[in-house]
Amino acid sequence: MRLLEIGLFAVRGVTANKLRSTLTTLGILIGVASVILLLAVGNGASTAVQQSIAGLGTNILTISPQRGGGGNPSAASSSKPLTVADATALADRTEAPDVKSASPVSSTSATASIGGISYSVPQFVGTDPAYFETTNSAVATGNLFTDDDVAQGRKVVVLGATVATQLFPAADPVGNAVLVNNIPFTVIGVLATKGSSGSQDGDDLAVAPLTTVQNSLTGYGGLSQIVVQATSADALPAAQAQATTILNGRHRIGIGQTADYRMLSQEQLLTTRTATTDTFTVLLASVAAISLLVGGIGITNIMLVTVTERIREIGIRKAVGAPKSTILGQFLVEATMLSLFGGALGVAVGVIGSQFTIAGIKPVIVPSSVLLAFAVSALIGLFFGSYPAGRAASLRPIEALRHE
Amino acid sequence: MSDPVIEVRELRKTYGSGDTAVHALRGLNLTVERGEYLAIMGASGSGKSTLLNILGCLDVPTSGSYLLDGIDTAEFDESRLSLLRNRKIGFVFQSFNLIPRTTALANVELPLVYAGVRRAERRRRANAALELVGLLDRAHHAPNELSGGQQQRVAIARALVTSPAMVLADEPTGNLDTGSSREVLGILDRLNAIGRTVVLITHEDEVAAHASRTIRVVDGQVAGVLV
Ligand SMILES: Nc1ncnc2c1ncn2[C@@H]1O[C@H](COP(=O)(O)OP(=O)(O)OP(=O)(O)O)[C@@H](O)[C@H]1O
Ligand SMILES: [Mg+2]
Repeated sequence: MRLLEIGLFAVRGVTANKLRSTLTTLGILIGVASVILLLAVGNGASTAVQQSIAGLGTNILTISPQRGGGGNPSAASSSKPLTVADATALADRTEAPDVKSASPVSSTSATASIGGISYSVPQFVGTDPAYFETTNSAVATGNLFTDDDVAQGRKVVVLGATVATQLFPAADPVGNAVLVNNIPFTVIGVLATKGSSGSQDGDDLAVAPLTTVQNSLTGYGGLSQIVVQATSADALPAAQAQATTILNGRHRIGIGQTADYRMLSQEQLLTTRTATTDTFTVLLASVAAISLLVGGIGITNIMLVTVTERIREIGIRKAVGAPKSTILGQFLVEATMLSLFGGALGVAVGVIGSQFTIAGIKPVIVPSSVLLAFAVSALIGLFFGSYPAGRAASLRPIEALRHE
Repeated sequence: MSDPVIEVRELRKTYGSGDTAVHALRGLNLTVERGEYLAIMGASGSGKSTLLNILGCLDVPTSGSYLLDGIDTAEFDESRLSLLRNRKIGFVFQSFNLIPRTTALANVELPLVYAGVRRAERRRRANAALELVGLLDRAHHAPNELSGGQQQRVAIARALVTSPAMVLADEPTGNLDTGSSREVLGILDRLNAIGRTVVLITHEDEVAAHASRTIRVVDGQVAGVLV
């Protein structure tokens, strides 16, 4: 008997009961797709964190105001805002020898427009030139602003890459004027792309001199942040201690009192975030493992039912003279078709599904998960589709025929 | 001149073991000549089906020998047995045993597929067999679209399509009315007339009357030769 005939029998076996075959395929599909997708989401989350680790310096301290703290523990209102004077004090060479620079930051969201185009910038940052070095921001075209620009309060702005392409889809932004909340600013430079860190787009910002931003947009209230750069990564703990001493002195925070500011090194920030996404990835991986297991049991189940249901058919085939190998071949081909078809569809669904952003996370496919999910499902399908059939084919025809 | 197709010596078949053992055949002896038309009768549970299943190589005896064309079937391995079932034996079951959701034609073609007959030749011979049982117009119907009598005739067409030397039928008319019975018996008569050995089991004397010889099985043994 030729292979073609075995193949034809298998095709007929698969198409004879379409519902059963569809369910088998569906079971395998869901098993494979969910494993690929779940692992891709987990991987996407940790990839995002890794990227943000790479994008940030390890010698940075971020100080932000904290409500509820203050010199007088009974009164929350005693919190003092962060001021430019605080920033200047932190940069003091003698008081804080390990601090290289301290940039005051006052940021707000603002609407920038030019001609008919209007774009809402989520982060319009007012700061000093040291900020660029501290945050690893390089200029792509044009120039960054200078200390002189800050002193004079010039209305100049450096655009992040995203903002630049939104406002100037075709033209070179440098030298053009944009209206920020209806106040004209001159674009003097565009920053190089940094990419997104986590769910945040690191290029979706505009940077202008602190004085200008305070003057025209945020007012002279408290700062949003002070970004401190230590002289080196090793000097960070020393810088942190010096900064704490200075700020506690200036804000009159006694020993044992809650500070009215929060100081975090980027490392501390990242450790927490990495830990969170690690937990997340482990969680997703275990869900994926469970789906693979459940999917596998489902495949096993449906294959066993399929074969058991057809033991009489196997008996009939044996009674008219089918050799064991031929029957085995037929069921092997049937199981292969269902498993490979279901597996391939599952891979397709998993891969297509991973192209979409899920819960703010861009999934990144783990190549080995595709292989693992496909191989496990296909092998389970193959084994449980053909092993019981082979066992039935070893029975004497009359035993198979009497099977209930 | 004696030219036995089937020679059965001291055949025993025991189902189960110990206290619950059922001795279906207890040292049965039987010889069937080539071209003979044999009817097997006997009470229910006397071991007729057990015997016929062994003769059809669908089951194996517990002890004793079964010589088919002079060769002991105990010597045959699994692949040789399937070849025998395919080429030499046509088996008709009391309960039809057609493959569901498969057309009458495909069911009849089945033994030819396993015999390695080419597609066109297969079609031709399956159609001829269906014509012989008068079901050519039902060739493309699935078993569940056929009456009991028609299903039995499809099963007979399947049994004779490979031109086997012997046709074994277990109560082929057991489920059929008189009209269908007559048609089925007519087909078996014609097969025997062209030289095929036919062995059938029946409970009815009218059916047994078609045979050239009738044996009676009592408690797993041949009790005596009837007319
Ligand atoms: N698979 C089996 N397991 C156990 N006992 C069996 C099995 N098959 C048959 N038997 C027993 O063997 C004995 C003979 O059975 P068999 O089917 O050969 O009877 P029979 O002569 O064909 O009867 P009937 O005329 O009712 O078809 C019975 O007692 C039956 O119960
Ligand atoms: Mg019987």
